[in-house]
Amino acid sequence: MNRRRDSAYSGIPRWVLAIAAVGALFVLLPLAAMVVRVNWPQFIPLVTSEASLTALSLSLRTAAASTVLCVLFGVPLALVLARGDFPGQRLLRSFVLLPLVLPPVVGGIALLYAFGRQGLLGRGLEVAGIQIAFSTTAVVLAQTFVALPFLVVSLEGALRSAGGRYEAVAATLGARPTTVLRRVTLPLVLPGLASGAVLSFARSLGEFGATLTFAGSLPGVTRTLPLEIYLQRETDADAAVALSLLLVVVAVIVVGLSYRGPAPAGSGSGSARSPGSSGRLSP
Amino acid sequence: MRAVLRAGALLAAGTLTAALAACGPVSGGGAASGDSGAKSVTVFAAASLKAPFTALAEQFEATHPGTTVTLSFAGSSDLATQITQGAPADVFASADIKNMAKVSGAALVEGSPRDFASNVLTIAVPPGNPAAIASFADLARPGVKTVVCAAQVPCGAAAKTVETETGTTLTPVSEESSVTDVLGKVISGEADAGLVYVTDVKTAGAKVREVPFAESAKAVNTYPIAALRRSRNKDLAAAFIAAVTGPEGRQLLRGAGFGAP
Repeated sequence: MNRRRDSAYSGIPRWVLAIAAVGALFVLLPLAAMVVRVNWPQFIPLVTSEASLTALSLSLRTAAASTVLCVLFGVPLALVLARGDFPGQRLLRSFVLLPLVLPPVVGGIALLYAFGRQGLLGRGLEVAGIQIAFSTTAVVLAQTFVALPFLVVSLEGALRSAGGRYEAVAATLGARPTTVLRRVTLPLVLPGLASGAVLSFARSLGEFGATLTFAGSLPGVTRTLPLEIYLQRETDADAAVALSLLLVVVAVIVVGLSYRGPAPAGSGSGSARSPGSSGRLSP
Repeated sequence: MRAVLRAGALLAAGTLTAALAACGPVSGGGAASGDSGAKSVTVFAAASLKAPFTALAEQFEATHPGTTVTLSFAGSSDLATQITQGAPADVFASADIKNMAKVSGAALVEGSPRDFASNVLTIAVPPGNPAAIASFADLARPGVKTVVCAAQVPCGAAAKTVETETGTTLTPVSEESSVTDVLGKVISGEADAGLVYVTDVKTAGAKVREVPFAESAKAVNTYPIAALRRSRNKDLAAAFIAAVTGPEGRQLLRGAGFGAP
């Protein structure tokens, strides 16, 4: 109901359009400039060089692993934050969201002091024979650290706008909390979860600062695509630009997926998180 | 409506310009160097020169009243790129010949560059030297976590040269993109050893220990300095270069661990 009225009114003042155009240009212009700067005849060889492919494959694998970790830990966190009621809840939320606003290099330093060789947990892990520093695990940890808030924010928003009515009904019908979660809550917020996971994946793919600080840079082990770009820029600007474009393309695809993702579940627009989407619940 | 539209666009453009002007040290330096009143010289210098050049700039300002020295420190290749892209610098001091050649190759150097310092590699280890590193060959021992620079950056190229000259093959746990990152890994104790410059160890003080090795003489990095053709303060640029290559500059550079050119 609400949505229909929104779409009927399209009275955007023209000066807003003008400023919006400037804003859009501000984002698009640098990207266009980069596309112009690409050495097209060399593009394929540059992008398919062994170093590039090694970095791309490492990036995709680590980002996928980070996304899995984000879902694993992010879903319970979002549930606790959206549905729980306990002292310190707001504080917990602030801390979970902190990596969103922290400079990644700060995240890297923090991770170093937690999981590094001399770190809080790292020392114990070292004794146990587990070494995280300079390993692919370190890359995954860095990426999970920065990407987790994206999943929590998306999912918590979805949980809040979905409301708790259906869960309450299910509970009164005798469903146990785990059953409610599995049969009612998760199907209800699946679109939000999906877009959160895609965003986490995208953020993991772009992670640079924390990885550089915490994991190091070794081909095939810790040198992800952003680190490879940073290094190539030193000697081969063409390679750096070509790889940047590759990362832009991957990012555009991923973000495109995340915005289309919720649509089929909702009734057309991206507002799948509105209670209206509950229509899919009826079997 | 049209007037409102124009006002809006103006407002947006104005905001953007103001925002850009507020956060551009490079453009600020350019504006200052164009100013006829206060004299200023903008120096782009390799990151390793931070300590001696900061001290030298203070001396220079004291001996040249009314002059401001603006220093910009970064990796040599970043600086070379900025200069070839039109950044308004008066002097460029590079940590290697290659990046100076990028700038002089673009015909942006006034006269010819002068070598003013040199730097060699050394081994940095955490204070306790946990892996008991005593020589360059020790870095290749299995189980030793060695961190070096990637071959694409000057310190990595120097490391490669030493490897070739000594017939040692290192299997580093990480190839960093800057010498600062190598040093950081040693200071934090993540790495058992790192190949850095002598001057980096000096800067780090007690946070790392140095294990000098004789083979480092096989790869000496030479630092060239040059005035830039687009400079609007050529006299001041020349005076600053004279200060760097003169006795006061040499003394400060030696104090920071640099060798003679």
